[in-house]
Amino acid sequence: MIDINESVMQFLLAFVVVGPLIGAAAALLPAPPGLKGTSPEQAVLRHGVTVTGVVLIAAIVLALGFDHDHPSRMQAGTDISWIPALDVRLHLGIDGISLPLLVLTALLTFLCALYSYFKLPSGPSPKAFVALLLVLESGTLATFAVLDLLLFFLAFETVLIPMYFLIARWGGEHRTQAAWKFILYTLLGSVVMLLGLLLIGLRAGTFDMVALATDSHPELTTSVQVIAVLTIGIGLAVKTPMWPLHSWLPDAHTAAPTVGSVLLAGVLLKMGTYGFVRILLPITPDGFGTFAPYLAAFAVVGIIYGSLACLALARPGAKGDLKRLIAYSSVGHMGFVLLGIATMTPTGVNGALFANIAHGLITGLLFFLVGALKDRTGTTDLDSLAQETGAALYGRAPRLGGLLAFGAVASLGLPGLAGFWGEMLALFGAFDPADGLSRPAFLTFMAIGAFGTLLTAAYMLIVVRRVCMGGAPQEGPRLADVQTYEFAAWTPLVALTVLAGLWPAALLGLTDPAVQQLLAGGTR
Amino acid sequence: MSSLALTTAQQAARPLAESVVQSVDWLAVAPPVIAAVVGLVVLVADLFVDDGKKALLGWTSVAGLALSLLALVPLLDGDRATFCLTGSPDVCSYTADRFTLVIQFMVLGGALLTALLSMTALKDGRRELPAGEYWFLLLSSAAGAALLPAARDLATLVVALEVASLPAFALVGIRHGDKRSSEAALKFFLSSVTATAVSLLGISFVYATTGTLYLTQIADRVQNVDGQLHTVTQTGVVLTLVGFAFKTAAVPFHFWVPDTYVGAPLPVAAYLSVVGKAVGFSGLVLVTVVALPSYADAWGPALAALAALTMTVGNVGALRQRSTRAYSAVRLLAWSSVGQAGYLLVPIAAAGYAENTDDAQRAVGSTVAYALMYAAVNLGAFAVAALVGRTSTLNRLSDYRGLYASSPLTALLLGFFLLCLAGLPPGIIGLFAKVTVFSVAVDAGLGWLAVVMAVNVVIALFYYLQWTALLFRAPEGAAQPHRVPAPLTLAIALTGVVGIALSGAPQLILRFADTALF
Repeated sequence: MIDINESVMQFLLAFVVVGPLIGAAAALLPAPPGLKGTSPEQAVLRHGVTVTGVVLIAAIVLALGFDHDHPSRMQAGTDISWIPALDVRLHLGIDGISLPLLVLTALLTFLCALYSYFKLPSGPSPKAFVALLLVLESGTLATFAVLDLLLFFLAFETVLIPMYFLIARWGGEHRTQAAWKFILYTLLGSVVMLLGLLLIGLRAGTFDMVALATDSHPELTTSVQVIAVLTIGIGLAVKTPMWPLHSWLPDAHTAAPTVGSVLLAGVLLKMGTYGFVRILLPITPDGFGTFAPYLAAFAVVGIIYGSLACLALARPGAKGDLKRLIAYSSVGHMGFVLLGIATMTPTGVNGALFANIAHGLITGLLFFLVGALKDRTGTTDLDSLAQETGAALYGRAPRLGGLLAFGAVASLGLPGLAGFWGEMLALFGAFDPADGLSRPAFLTFMAIGAFGTLLTAAYMLIVVRRVCMGGAPQEGPRLADVQTYEFAAWTPLVALTVLAGLWPAALLGLTDPAVQQLLAGGTR
Repeated sequence: MSSLALTTAQQAARPLAESVVQSVDWLAVAPPVIAAVVGLVVLVADLFVDDGKKALLGWTSVAGLALSLLALVPLLDGDRATFCLTGSPDVCSYTADRFTLVIQFMVLGGALLTALLSMTALKDGRRELPAGEYWFLLLSSAAGAALLPAARDLATLVVALEVASLPAFALVGIRHGDKRSSEAALKFFLSSVTATAVSLLGISFVYATTGTLYLTQIADRVQNVDGQLHTVTQTGVVLTLVGFAFKTAAVPFHFWVPDTYVGAPLPVAAYLSVVGKAVGFSGLVLVTVVALPSYADAWGPALAALAALTMTVGNVGALRQRSTRAYSAVRLLAWSSVGQAGYLLVPIAAAGYAENTDDAQRAVGSTVAYALMYAAVNLGAFAVAALVGRTSTLNRLSDYRGLYASSPLTALLLGFFLLCLAGLPPGIIGLFAKVTVFSVAVDAGLGWLAVVMAVNVVIALFYYLQWTALLFRAPEGAAQPHRVPAPLTLAIALTGVVGIALSGAPQLILRFADTALF
């Protein structure tokens, strides 16, 4: 959109990745004179807002300077040798696939920092909180920016420790077990993934994602690809998460603090699906084709499973936890993403990438809202919230109720909002999968997936009815309605949800050329 | 007649004299020699130094070790060899090639850090530990350990192994009147001597069938052994390996480790965990890759199985440590060092599957790179353990709770060391060292071993992270600040700087995984 010098772009991308790390180190040091603020806590929280804000601005400038006419070209690329012995290069770059995710990550982290500035989660010192948040941001941004398999693995692993501590230190009930479950599951997955990455890199003689995608590598025979896809796929599927490897997710989400849940759902899950698109689809197409039907099958099972679990949780008397419900709904939504990827068609993959972003925005918003609800009522338990008739949020806190209803209908895929396009395109891709994939099988998957959208609508509407509606209790205390800082943190998400729903071309125009090129074997 | 006999005798005597009095390349042998000489000097000086000035001995030893480290510098320019056969000058007993230098650097550096830890330990336990003997034993053991990687014949190898081990037994049992200490020493001694005896028997078998002790000659001749002697050779190979497997604390020769580490003074445990391991695996590398490459199809699978067993047993053992038990921190480090020995064995096993010598050497290089990483961060962890052990003598894991509150920097460094050992960012060097090991295993087609190792990495993460998390918990009582003596600060800072520098530039040690070492 605007013309920015290439070396400035390079610097910006490198800064986006490294900046938060430097910020994290700085957060541990005592505040310099002049920036002490009213208290050390306030100073360090403000530091967090500043750093994430600067990173967000850098990401936005990157997006503006991005050559939107050639989104399939790697831009702002840096390529420096780092560890020649392992052939690891500091290779960074963004294209139409990674740019939206990069901006989404920077945005969500900034909103989280902003939200925490006003509403610090109860727990130990905010110093460590801010430092961990920044390390987490660096790891996720690096995942979307790196173009080297081993660097990708490094970035993938970087998020584990900060997330573990965020859950274990600032979380709610059962946080210790949840944090352990999260880190052990993901680590097991990612170490297995490492084996697959090494297999590809050692056979092909390079770890460079671009080179692997564009050049032909006859050494990567189908049998090598099959093993590689299986091992890498497991690692990514744990992260995504794909049914039946999802069981860490509901616990982690339930126990995590609001900010942790938002980032976990909004950003961390995307690392898994991004890996599928960036690594498996272009580098190992044959191996991926072998597993695509199974992946699709697991994906639709995930859709149905997630919806049914949510329905069960939403039932009166089930003692369902609202955070857990949204977590399970994530399993369903990520099922659509995986289904889209498994079709191996431009339509499906574009849908998957769109659904990725939409899920980040909407689920991020929902977790914020549920967190706010918990702060006000002290519980996320649906039964104790709703009691006999319903929580009547419309009456007690109309704006909060309205936003929650908005999030719910966006999540169920109402046309005109972001949730619609991704899932529709994913299903549409399944209607006509890539050559070599069984069409009847994918038609079945499509039908089941479509049924899943109905179930999703059902439980989301039940939630809205039980939480937002109901007879307003006469003597019950009024709930505080949405505060200014909450508006500040949530408005961008709401606005982008509407924008992406009304103008999907803005996003699809970025991803489509890149996806086309990716699926065509990276030739340019 | 007599004059004739005399001339013959003279003629015979000249080559004899030449072959007996060799010209020795003193520069090449300087690193172990300096350590040994300084050890003797300290032992003698101990008699003339009065009690108040014993710290002088410590600084002398540190300076001696630093000097022998410096002696490595002039050797960097190329391979040197000395004590060669007069007949064939390329068959030597002592070679200072890249492998030797790297291991000597690790061993002497490890000994130097141990010495820094020991200074505080000796000062704190004024009566318990006799200073002069302690320094002498430490330096002699370091000299032996530095000699070992340079040894290129089996006799020198065994002598070096014993020079490194015998003082170590004494060091373990050096605490006067401490029952645990003497018991640990006895345990260590008996099992070690048995292993040495077994490997000596093996070496004698190998010698009997090949007629030489030089590793390179063995490599040639072992392929053409008389068919009848085949069984003897094979038995010899297996028995030889057993001795070195013991030193690396590979399962099933690991049982002495936890009790020995707990019974020994803490610096000695640190020394054993790093230098003892280095001695074991460099001996193993020399015997397998240099002397017996033709037996790769025998020792390759054996070492692979050993590696899988070792890491699993070690990590499960570490997992079972309860945090409130006495000395649980040291116990955990002991068991984890067994687990780490398993990772160290993986590339050596992979060398057995290599298609050519280049690949085999590269695999060995991965072991060296991993060992360097392990040496730095493990000594760092021990240094912090030594610090905490000063105030809470039981050194339980629960004593580390809230360390961040009392000494933030130390806690952050210990967390960093532990995560390096676990192989997770921010311990980037630990991560890439593991990646190197994984990549060698995958490259050699040892997929199953890589998967076993992957599972072990997850198990290990559990206890490392548990410990790390403990550091940052709120302290139970009032936080008591740890007063850090200068040598201990130096040790912690040194290992911390090395670990962080390596995390920024992993190539510094990972390059050994990419070059020919021999």
